[in-house]
Amino acid sequence: MGMESADKQAKQQLVQQLLHLLEDNSRYDIPTLAGLLAISEEEVDALIKELEDKKVILKYTATIAWDKTDHVPVTAMIDVKVTPKKGVGFDEIARRIYRYPEVEAVYLMSGAYDLSVIVKGKTMHEIAEFVAKKLSPLDSVISTTTHFILKKYKHDGVIFDDGSDDRRMVITP
Amino acid sequence: MSKRLALSSIRHRLSHTVSALPPSGIRRFFDLVSTMDNVISLGVGEPDFVTPWKVRDACVEALEQGYTTYTSNSGLPALREAVAEYLWGQYQLRYEPGEEILITVGASEAIDLALRAILNPGDEVLVIEPAYISYAPCVTLAGGTPVAVDTDARTGFKPTAEQLERHITPRTKAIIFCFPNNPTGAALRKEELASLAEVIRRHDLLVISDEIYGELTYEGKHVSIASLPEMKDRTILISGMSKAFAMTGWRIGYACGHPEVIELMRKIHQYTMLCAPIMSQMAAVEALRNGLDEMREMVLSYKQRRNLFIKGLNQIGLPCHQPEGAFYAFPSIKETGLTSEEFAERLLFEAGVAVVPGNVFGKSGHGYIRCSYATSVQQITEALERMARFLQRLR
Repeated sequence: MGMESADKQAKQQLVQQLLHLLEDNSRYDIPTLAGLLAISEEEVDALIKELEDKKVILKYTATIAWDKTDHVPVTAMIDVKVTPKKGVGFDEIARRIYRYPEVEAVYLMSGAYDLSVIVKGKTMHEIAEFVAKKLSPLDSVISTTTHFILKKYKHDGVIFDDGSDDRRMVITP
Repeated sequence: MSKRLALSSIRHRLSHTVSALPPSGIRRFFDLVSTMDNVISLGVGEPDFVTPWKVRDACVEALEQGYTTYTSNSGLPALREAVAEYLWGQYQLRYEPGEEILITVGASEAIDLALRAILNPGDEVLVIEPAYISYAPCVTLAGGTPVAVDTDARTGFKPTAEQLERHITPRTKAIIFCFPNNPTGAALRKEELASLAEVIRRHDLLVISDEIYGELTYEGKHVSIASLPEMKDRTILISGMSKAFAMTGWRIGYACGHPEVIELMRKIHQYTMLCAPIMSQMAAVEALRNGLDEMREMVLSYKQRRNLFIKGLNQIGLPCHQPEGAFYAFPSIKETGLTSEEFAERLLFEAGVAVVPGNVFGKSGHGYIRCSYATSVQQITEALERMARFLQRLR
């Protein structure tokens, strides 16, 4: 392996570590990240800028247990069967669907249906309206099956009702 | 209520050897810390991860299937085979699962067995210090005499060939050490081990090599002294599942070595412990066969926290060598003019941070404190801030 590719590999590993850290906690500040990765703060800053510019890092968010607030949104996962269009495949219909602001996520799926659409609304009624009035009438949509989420146990790798306190004794040899 | 024997009457009937053993300094500190709230503990000598789920699941399955019996004294054949494959895959060490591997109740039991299997009254054992707190007492309990070989910060707490040589007498039977080290975090490179091995061979000593932190090596790869030329037969390699696989509570360790030594160790194990718990053994098989990815993720996380913590310690004015393994920092507190005990006690009461005074690991630990960084980044950062404020008040 040449020097150049060894450097490249080292950088890739560093980027992987940085992304995992930020995915775990996007509020880690630059000095903390620099400390964890054993590089300078300037290097961390430059790496993050590069990843933002390349749209590898798209957004910094928080994972929120909404059901502990008095503003609990309703979420549904909708299986959508569509007819793909010549030339553009599923992309065009996907685009038409994801432009709606109430749509949280759209995935192209293998298996029994084509698109998985995650929709968030204030009430069940609001989502029902969206399916009936906006999603189903779209030309390429053949059928929809709506599943409402009743309880979130784990989301984004976080277990919601986890009582995982540190069970270790305070001092051990 | 039944009447108790008078204290003086019971005391003189007890073992003089055990009575004379010094109490563990860790115990006293544990009692102190336990009385306090809102303490950040850097005093914990175990991973902050819970055992990976697939490993816990293997235990649940074992219980469901009714695996609740004894196993053979040596341990489940499947576990001994898994240990052999693991040691070959990770460290190129070849041990025969039938005669050269013994499954024990934690590495701690293996240390006791090894010392009891090799020592005769009057034998001396070199203990590289600072050291895990059980080595010297276990030597004493096995009828031997522990001889401390002190290391210091100048060599990054790594022993040198000359230091060993200086402590060897005609009665020296063996040497016991642990690298990567608890409490200093020092790890030995291959060439450093080789220079110790030369002295060990020349004086025909046995080695008890506690490699429980072997996987937690951050610069390069862990090398076992048993892998060096002509060292395998004179080395009793001890390791276990606790640190690398976050399995402290399962109590699964193992010893590998010459069949004659393992046979004697097995004899003691058979009369005292019988076998390690079967459900823990089955979980350990799963960990060794399918848990290496999870283990590597945990190791990377320790390494990142080491980087952060050591940098922080040096920044707040507690000079610390870079530990190359385990999950401990061992900074010097000499500049404060306090003893390790005073420093640790005041840090606890005045700043709410618990650490372990270095001298509980041997007299060469005077002037140092052991801090475990196996705790969350948030806790590490908060602990460093509390320590910085404490140091400012001291100055």
